[in-house]
Amino acid sequence: MVDVSTKSASIQPQATSGAVLEAVHLSKRYGSAVAVDDLNLTIERGEVFGLLGPNGAGKTTTILMLLGLTEPTSGAVRVLGLDPARDPLAVKARVGYLPDSVGFYDELSARDNLSYIARLNGLPRPLAQQRIVAAVERMGLGEVIDRPVSTFSRGMRQRLGVAELLIKEPEIIIMDEPTLGLDPEAAQSFLKMIRVLKHDGITVLLSSHLLHQVQAVCDRVGLFSHGRMVISGAVADLAQRILGGGYRIVVEASGNPDAIKAALKALPGVKKLDAAERDRFVIVGDHDLRADAATAVVATGGRLVGLDIEAPSLDEIYSAYFKEASNGASN
Amino acid sequence: MAQAIELSAEQAHTPPQARGRHGSPWTGLWAVVGKEMADHLSSVRMQILEALILLTAIGVVYAVMQSVRQTVSQDQFVFLRLFTTARDPFPAFVGFLSFLAPLIAIAISFDAINGEFSRRTMSRVLAQPIYRDALLLGKFLAGLFTLSLVLTAIWLLIMGMGILGLGLPPSGEEVARSLIFLVATIFYGGIWLALGMVFSIIFRQPATAALAGLAVWLFFTIFWSMITSLAARTISPVTYGLPEEILRQLQVEQAISRISPNTLYVEATLGILNPAVRSFGILLPSQLEGAIVGAPLPFMQSVLLMWPQLTGLIAATILLFALAYVLFQRQEIRA
Repeated sequence: MVDVSTKSASIQPQATSGAVLEAVHLSKRYGSAVAVDDLNLTIERGEVFGLLGPNGAGKTTTILMLLGLTEPTSGAVRVLGLDPARDPLAVKARVGYLPDSVGFYDELSARDNLSYIARLNGLPRPLAQQRIVAAVERMGLGEVIDRPVSTFSRGMRQRLGVAELLIKEPEIIIMDEPTLGLDPEAAQSFLKMIRVLKHDGITVLLSSHLLHQVQAVCDRVGLFSHGRMVISGAVADLAQRILGGGYRIVVEASGNPDAIKAALKALPGVKKLDAAERDRFVIVGDHDLRADAATAVVATGGRLVGLDIEAPSLDEIYSAYFKEASNGASN
Repeated sequence: MAQAIELSAEQAHTPPQARGRHGSPWTGLWAVVGKEMADHLSSVRMQILEALILLTAIGVVYAVMQSVRQTVSQDQFVFLRLFTTARDPFPAFVGFLSFLAPLIAIAISFDAINGEFSRRTMSRVLAQPIYRDALLLGKFLAGLFTLSLVLTAIWLLIMGMGILGLGLPPSGEEVARSLIFLVATIFYGGIWLALGMVFSIIFRQPATAALAGLAVWLFFTIFWSMITSLAARTISPVTYGLPEEILRQLQVEQAISRISPNTLYVEATLGILNPAVRSFGILLPSQLEGAIVGAPLPFMQSVLLMWPQLTGLIAATILLFALAYVLFQRQEIRA
């Protein structure tokens, strides 16, 4: 496992004061099949962490173990300093869980569905009603609160699922494939909503196989493959490490190509310069070189036509990592 | 870090089952019961069944009333006749109940657990601060309460129609006997309720679970009597035609037939609703010495007579629920 972040996994809650969610050597086997293999994970209070990876990589199993809905085969979990296998009620009262393709009682109204959940949480009725209305309004479902859920679209159900999480005012929210099956617009507004939750101080753990969709919203990500978290850290750090240089800058300039090329190459921090096309130069640098590149082009007397930065995408990191890993194995 | 690894290794060696868990297993129980009962009482399938049972009750009681009216003055237990008398073309009301109660119970429970999975609400509900125990027991109690509610309403209806039609109030003993009959009927339904839950845990398709429940019910209603006589002939054959052999074969047959909840229920209702019944088995002439044939037994003696059957019904309900409990606790929650 490549842990880019310097934090070491520890089971002692006091050792890492900000950690709200910790897994140490966590494994889950179904017979001979290994679903999760020796997972170490630490999530700090207030961060958005993405568990990313293809279907069947062990993301859902990990989440169920964090919630105490499945017993780990070995290893330990600490959620808010509690063991979910011993104290499931205390953990589940403070952690909200949005399963993938969330389901509701179709014949009941949105309000009745949420009232049931509020009663299961032991909220007194007046407080529950107050929170339900507030949560539903916040999710933009105020007008349909008394309509049966069977009339709701996929996106509305997803938002109702978040409203349900809000009524118990959780400290941690765990979402399993929250953007799956949403149209791009609904997915974007959903991700925006996750940022709002983070702003409210809620720690968010989300799983997804749609890497490009969630990379913008996650502070840190962990990439899963075959039950193992193979690499984790902030997206930019990962890019730095795996792609060997985080910033790809595309400069389009007309003028003397050789002069421009020389000027760009001379900039500090440039690792690679690619000038395959005429008037189009691709720089790989270790920091954002756009301003320097513009100055350099203008200094040679060239005309700057276009200047663009390509943020590294998680998809690239993921495929690059596995290419590297398989190369390493074959060598 | 070294300490952390040591600690986690120690935890890893502890078997998960051996660890105690905190908090009451019944947290949220009444929320589940309330929600499930509301669902049952407003569901279309319950309304259809209620209408069906209501119509049979009215029809049977009306028909019985025609014949009972003539004998009101001679009969000490005329209200009990409302339940037990068969009049062409109607069978007795207890006969109707012996197949309507299982039908209601299976209709309530066949999608109790797998319905939550197919609606994808299971993981969402179990992510709330409740244990699985509360969910399963809540669903079972809600089913039992719904069943009790329906059956009690029908019992009251029949008593009321009796008072109106016959023009006299039921005696204390009649009320007591018919109340015990009501309890027996509720637990007879409870067996099928628990069985339906077991199937709703085993089978992921509600339709499969419903069919499995109905198949078991049909098996005991139609085929069990054929199997018992066959089995009794094999286990205890009559070789020489001695009376002892014949008697033993009959006893074996009766013992086997009592595995069926239907037999238990029929015997229990017969014993409590018909005070003249003094034994369910074979009566030898020696046992009848000094008895006045047709004379009613005192209330407590009738209760004593059907007590094994009544406790058998309750025990079977509890056992089946325990089976459902074990199966559900072991089930993986990921849908």
